[in-house]
Amino acid sequence: MTLLGCLVIASPTVLVAVLGVPPLLGIRLSEPTTLRAVRTAVVVGLFACLAILVVMPFAGHQAAVVDLGDWVALRPTLNDHSHYHFAVEFEFDRLSVPLALLSYLLCGTIGVFAARYLHKEPGYNRFFLLFALFLFGMVTASLADTIETLFVGWEFVGLSSALLVAFFQERPAPPRNGLRVWVVYRISDGALLLAAVVLHNMVGEGDFDRILGNAPWPYGKAAMTSAQATGLGLLLLVAAAGKSALIPFSGWLPRAMEGPTPSSAVFYGALSVHLGAFLLLRMNSLISISFWLALAVVVLGLVSALYAYIVGAVQTDIKSALSFASLAQVGLIFAEIGAGHWFPVMYFVALIHLIGHACLRTLQFIRAPTLLQDYRVMENAIGDRLPRPPGFLWFAPTKMESWLYRFALERGYLDAILTDYVVRPFTSFFRGCEKREQSWADFINGDTRAIDDWIATPPHGSERNGPHA
Amino acid sequence: MKPFALPWLELAIIIPLVGSIVVCLFHDVRQASKWCLGFITVSLACSMIAVAGYFNHQTSIALPWGLGSWNGQRLLEVDELNALLLPLVAMLHFLTALTTSRMMMAGFSFGGLLFGAAIRLAAFACVASCPLVMLLALEAALPLVTSRKPGGPSRVYLLHTLLFIILLGLGWTCIDVAQLTSLGSVLIILAVMVRTGIFPAQVWVADLFCKGSFSLALLLTAPLVGVYATVRLVLPVAPEWVLESQGIVALASAVYCAGMGIVQTDSRRFFAYLLSSHAALVLVGLGLHTPFAVTGALVMWLSTTLSLTGMGLALRALEARVGSLYITEYRGFYEQTPSLAVIFLITGLAAVGFPGTSGFVAIELLVDEAVGAHVAVGLVVVLAAALNGIAIVRAYLLLFTGRRHVTGVSLKITPRERVAELTIVALIIGGGLVPQTYLESRHRAVGAILRDWSKLPELQTDQHSTK
Repeated sequence: MTLLGCLVIASPTVLVAVLGVPPLLGIRLSEPTTLRAVRTAVVVGLFACLAILVVMPFAGHQAAVVDLGDWVALRPTLNDHSHYHFAVEFEFDRLSVPLALLSYLLCGTIGVFAARYLHKEPGYNRFFLLFALFLFGMVTASLADTIETLFVGWEFVGLSSALLVAFFQERPAPPRNGLRVWVVYRISDGALLLAAVVLHNMVGEGDFDRILGNAPWPYGKAAMTSAQATGLGLLLLVAAAGKSALIPFSGWLPRAMEGPTPSSAVFYGALSVHLGAFLLLRMNSLISISFWLALAVVVLGLVSALYAYIVGAVQTDIKSALSFASLAQVGLIFAEIGAGHWFPVMYFVALIHLIGHACLRTLQFIRAPTLLQDYRVMENAIGDRLPRPPGFLWFAPTKMESWLYRFALERGYLDAILTDYVVRPFTSFFRGCEKREQSWADFINGDTRAIDDWIATPPHGSERNGPHA
Repeated sequence: MKPFALPWLELAIIIPLVGSIVVCLFHDVRQASKWCLGFITVSLACSMIAVAGYFNHQTSIALPWGLGSWNGQRLLEVDELNALLLPLVAMLHFLTALTTSRMMMAGFSFGGLLFGAAIRLAAFACVASCPLVMLLALEAALPLVTSRKPGGPSRVYLLHTLLFIILLGLGWTCIDVAQLTSLGSVLIILAVMVRTGIFPAQVWVADLFCKGSFSLALLLTAPLVGVYATVRLVLPVAPEWVLESQGIVALASAVYCAGMGIVQTDSRRFFAYLLSSHAALVLVGLGLHTPFAVTGALVMWLSTTLSLTGMGLALRALEARVGSLYITEYRGFYEQTPSLAVIFLITGLAAVGFPGTSGFVAIELLVDEAVGAHVAVGLVVVLAAALNGIAIVRAYLLLFTGRRHVTGVSLKITPRERVAELTIVALIIGGGLVPQTYLESRHRAVGAILRDWSKLPELQTDQHSTK
């Protein structure tokens, strides 16, 4: 079992090394070599994972742990008896194995699809390197048995996703949107890091067994009070909301569609967007003991689902429409997870919903370009538009219709709110500081005009500065 | 003959010192460059042998005629704290010399680089406080002597250096007087803050990078000499409230400089603020003054020096090709120099503690101990790290993505640059994958510092009473 577990984890790691080291040495891999490496890694990982799934019931195990030991361990020093260690452990259980399998299956499918889709594209190898980083992150996060290991995978998923959004880097929009995605992910990463460290300080360990109890998933009992679970759970909820594009972070999801179709399909439609839901499923015992946390998860999920339904209905491009459809389902999955507080069976419902939705959405995304072509052919054949379903606002009172329509077109004003009330004050403040610092430096350097500039500088600076602004 | 039976450490310092005189005799800059590279390579090798000797428990012999001693004790010594820093500092100078392209040679002082290497290595090897204070003052004043720019460094730098030297001198004098230890600690902490570029003294760092030579500014700031002064001079004697106050100011500075890094329009200023923010985070770790926090700070120190040197060299290489780098629009250098793009990203991510790089364990330890002190402190450290991460990816996207930069000549990375950058990337990733060895070394160094601390009776009582 340990050998199989090691194979599952090692294959994406080796793939990252195989695709990542040659470019550093100035060696360019050919397309067939890259594809062969991707296929081998995915097949080895997938079959090893399948083998674990088959072997575990026969061996009578509900879970298997692959303990790779302490990555770092520090002994106590003078006057201090605490110790620090960072264990690398992976757990194969009824939650992690399905997600790892799903990651391998969908990444394998998309890998083959992308090999044709990106054939002779200048960024072919770059795509597959980021793809390998993503696969490594997904497998690590899904199989992690300590919150620190999960964080490692989480970070890799975030970085590869943001860079893939910026994949078509000759145009200005993809890098700009990539940065937006990265900003949201940094907030999410920060919340998860803080949660991991708070957990470490609270329990003294990062191991899920110690935190969530030894009972098989999802029946573990968290070793903490309800208030502690609520506080910690809210941090995790922020992390999950960022990763899964729930309100108020939903703005990044349609922006992520700037990336190539294969990455949109597998990352933002299927796997990446579900990682937040997976995090909450993994930490479900916190939800089980905290009413307020469960309520927050249900409310956030339902509100996000409603928002995604309304906004998604007015999207005019297929990828954006699909991304909001994804978000609506993810919102429902969150609501199901929250409902697990009252009905534990809902955790299983959420897991099945997650897997089913990921598969369906991948299919829809990679089918999208040809579907449009098919529609065009059919409409040409019948000489008219295809019949359309009734408008999405059929349920709304007449007075609200135009308001809701505007709300949907503006994507709930979420981007505008974040830009006006977070980004702009932040940049204005620091640009003001920048001007004042430069005036101060110029003044010391003997430029007497600098002091006049200082006085003339508005309190929060201006929007643009610098010689090329 | 025993392999360590030579004064390797002293040789590592004397060789670049002699080299700085020899190199000045050459009028041809290419000749000077070759000789400079030779001297600094030998110095690097000597420092590595000295450190290898330390880890093999074989002390190298001292210089004859009492040259290597001060007040009866050995002047220069490899110990747990500087064991990794000495080769790192030598390597930093070696890589800078290696990557100095022909374009930059005319305005570059190879003699100054070697002289700076000698002084910095001497400062990092010095264990006696009085000579250390003098070396730190001399090191800070180096640009006033070695700058080849007409008129020398700016007045901003001159004033801050003067302030640093005065505060350091006064502080050291006060520490020697038993009743004025606290005042001395405060003065040295203030000196360190000025030298490290903690708010509001970060102005000089940005000014130096903007108006001076990039390599000179990099060599002056990247080794974080101020942090060394804190660990050697202040940490063993400072009362807790002094360290805590320093930690709070450094915390605010880390966030401020990270925020400033995001809005910069000039790549050099962006780099300066990034460096100041990371230096502040290292001081936050020292300010927390728990064994693991200080270990985290020391690890972050190594990681920051290494990663930001790599990033600085990548920026310098790019500047050598296209001139000043304004980050106000998408410059599109990726297609022309993909290797520099990858290296910029890896070194940047290492600086903010991305998993798999040398900085990860440092930020983990630091946040862990910060949360242990207070959740709000942890939150602010995470905020600073997040802002730095945003600043780095923003700069990466602005520099390397966008419409392809068209030039008549190839902008590809040269073999020398590739060697330099690959060395740094290998150390960053190697340190990230197998951090136990250097982490243990840093932790042992902290143990030694704490042992010194516990030897002081009044501080020991103070420490126990607060626990």
